[in-house]
Amino acid sequence: MMDSQSAKIPTIVQRERRIGWLLLAPALLLLTLVFAYPILRAIGQSLFTQNLGTELQPQFSGLANYARMAVDSRFWQSLSNSAGFTIVSVAIELILGMGIALLLNQSFCGRGIVRTIAILPWALPTALIALAWTWIFNDQFGIVNDLLMRMGIMRQEMNWLGDPTLAMVALIVADVWKTTPFISILLLAGLQSIPGDLYEAHAIDGASPWQSFWAITLPLLMPQILIAALFRFAQAFGIFDLVTVMTGGGPGGATEMVSLYVYATIMRYLDFGYGSALVVVTFLILVIAVTVITVLVQRLRRNLA
Amino acid sequence: MASPQVPKILRSITIAMVILFCLAPILWQLLTSFKTNADIAAIPNVYFPKRLTFAHYQELFTRRPFWNYLLNSAGVATVSTLLSLGLGAPAAYVLARIKLPGERLILAAILLMTLFPYILLFLGLLELVQKFGLGNQYLALIIPYTAINLPLTILVLRSFFQQLPIDLEDAARVDGYNTVAMLVQIVLPMTVPALVTTGILAFIFAWNEFLFALTFITQESMKTIPVAAAQLGGASVFEIPYGPIAAATVLGTLPLVGLVLAFQRRIISGLTAGAVKG
Repeated sequence: MMDSQSAKIPTIVQRERRIGWLLLAPALLLLTLVFAYPILRAIGQSLFTQNLGTELQPQFSGLANYARMAVDSRFWQSLSNSAGFTIVSVAIELILGMGIALLLNQSFCGRGIVRTIAILPWALPTALIALAWTWIFNDQFGIVNDLLMRMGIMRQEMNWLGDPTLAMVALIVADVWKTTPFISILLLAGLQSIPGDLYEAHAIDGASPWQSFWAITLPLLMPQILIAALFRFAQAFGIFDLVTVMTGGGPGGATEMVSLYVYATIMRYLDFGYGSALVVVTFLILVIAVTVITVLVQRLRRNLA
Repeated sequence: MASPQVPKILRSITIAMVILFCLAPILWQLLTSFKTNADIAAIPNVYFPKRLTFAHYQELFTRRPFWNYLLNSAGVATVSTLLSLGLGAPAAYVLARIKLPGERLILAAILLMTLFPYILLFLGLLELVQKFGLGNQYLALIIPYTAINLPLTILVLRSFFQQLPIDLEDAARVDGYNTVAMLVQIVLPMTVPALVTTGILAFIFAWNEFLFALTFITQESMKTIPVAAAQLGGASVFEIPYGPIAAATVLGTLPLVGLVLAFQRRIISGLTAGAVKG
């Protein structure tokens, strides 16, 4: 009797939970559809061969797609391109972003305007910014060639986007420009939460500003640094629009990132099975990297607390 | 001041360099968009053109459905922003205030989603788009844009909701408000600034999206600005319309420059709330 009654009349907590799930449901449903479904679908599809050879009909082939990936030099090339691009650009962005954050953390007149200007690159559409950088690095009329020659650094024009190494350099420059502001904003928020008396006490002990930076700023800022690195790592590793517009992966695949290879495999070669396997492996790499960085963040936070 | 002081002159030079670094690419594109074709193709480069022209802008609007591109971008971004606020605000409130089993797991999943490269999603979404016959329909962009903005919307709004004093909600509950009424009549009116902040971020992301727009929309008059501008071509591969491309860049970035100028404080607070506290 008691049981059936308490089942009929839900407690306040139960009612609240039910309403909670109802309010959550639409968002969770959409997220499942757009995020979870494509990944689960890719895992399933990666076990099938489905390309022009099978007349686009799925044929079960077990792990054949993954075996193919192991010996696919174009895949490994794109992976190493993505890794190189990601590591170099994120490293430069973190160092530059830290510098700008330290600068913006000081009081000077016009600080608000500088902050506004600093978030502009972050806010503008990457595809359009890529067009601007393509023009800047243009081999004939580009301003980079013109300025470097006027300054006497270069004797003749360089074909920035037509040379394998220079094209990568150009991409990294554009990416650094676009995303350093984002990092400096995150780091600035962290800097502003560090109490000033820490520095005063340290200075009274005779420490130089440089020593204070290493002893106080860097350790206390480590959580923000890692979070910024995490966000940037994921974005840089999956970069598509910047590279598609600026180099299209060229010259000769020298700047083809994993994302461009995935896109070409699916949209150009219509190889859905292999494309799915590429998606799955990229996803796994990302999840592993994210997990490692997150564990690092939590351990750091615990050490600081 | 908190961090170590740098000599004044050094600081001024650095500040000037930061400003130049941030603005130069945009200003160069702006200048290019007003140059005559002769000046654009001049060697050495012309930094102070004697003649300026609107021809490249005119060309965009006469030869291309450029108004369409702008309206498509604006429409898709606005609708998806409103939808992600509408779906995200209740979800964020629940995650901020109601204890649910599995809550931590949901939050972790949402956090992971903010890191997702869209390239991992496009094949599955392409299939859904084809299955539901959404190809070349605005919904093919509105639905994914709403979804890709939801994780950040939820995280940012949740952190704002958590900062609200809970006494007010406790008092309202005593007065007989249920969860929904409280959200609509008490919590949301107090968090209008947070909604604006989140909405601006969502709008920016939707306006800037490239991959889905490239894949799901092929009809010229329905394209959004980033894709349409990236696909501006000349009569041949060797004839690249630098002027119109520059003009398209300027027009496509202008609305966002306006947003940044008007709301820089909100954008910064939203970004830090989403990333640092999430």
